Amino acid sequence: MTLAQFVFYFFCFAAIAGAIGILLTKNLLKGALFLLTSLLAVAALFVLSGAEYVAVTQIIIYAGGTTILIIFGIMLTTPLAGKPLHISNGRIFSGILLSALLIGMLGKAIVSLKVPEPSSTITPIKKVGSSLISDYNFPFEVVGILLLVALIAATAIISAGKERSRGDV
Amino acid sequence: MSEMHLTLLVAASLFSIGLCIVIIKRNAVMVLLGIELMLNAANLNLITFNRIHPANDQGQMFALFVIIVAVCETAVGLAIVLQIYRQTQTIIPDEIDQLKDS
Repeated sequence: MTLAQFVFYFFCFAAIAGAIGILLTKNLLKGALFLLTSLLAVAALFVLSGAEYVAVTQIIIYAGGTTILIIFGIMLTTPLAGKPLHISNGRIFSGILLSALLIGMLGKAIVSLKVPEPSSTITPIKKVGSSLISDYNFPFEVVGILLLVALIAATAIISAGKERSRGDV
Repeated sequence: MSEMHLTLLVAASLFSIGLCIVIIKRNAVMVLLGIELMLNAANLNLITFNRIHPANDQGQMFALFVIIVAVCETAVGLAIVLQIYRQTQTIIPDEIDQLKDS
């Protein structure tokens, strides 16, 4: 087994292990940290698939932004006084049955899939950047507007309740 | 089985585990974690299939836009969870049943 293969198998294992960790843990904060593990492993798989720009974006936005946001959400929604962070499970049978059926179906389809030999070229970052502002300029701008709208919406949703509670007092 | 099959299988299992988390966990923030995992699995598929056509980079572009939309979804979703927590003092999805026909 070459070093590249070992690295690939290691990150495959880390991605799935992180996901199973979220499934098994009863602690919300540990779940967020397992999600961070899984996201970083998937970013490494992106690098091994030749998509370096997407991998860096994944680390900056997902691992650096979303996980921190979720941890803040956990801190703000969990009553910290005395009670631990434990959460319970429900509908265990139907959840496991549905996901087992899904993985069985997808796995059968993937194993019988005939794919041509993938290229091992790395997409240069320069090419990605230039196509972002030429061929994909319109979706790029639309996504900027979407970010602005989401930012305003999040602020509006949060501050709506505050005004009401101030009005009650 | 090639490396590509293995990556696709990893993406499929990440998606299934994310679905399982969304169904099983009784906590709104945990459900958000599951949704993030599912979006990530979809991204892994996009990047992997992009390797068959190295001349164009549509898969990578799509993955970038999916990441940004996922961030928007998390921000608005967490805002809604916080607001619900403020109003009902719970973030267990099963207990938020004000709209349910009694």
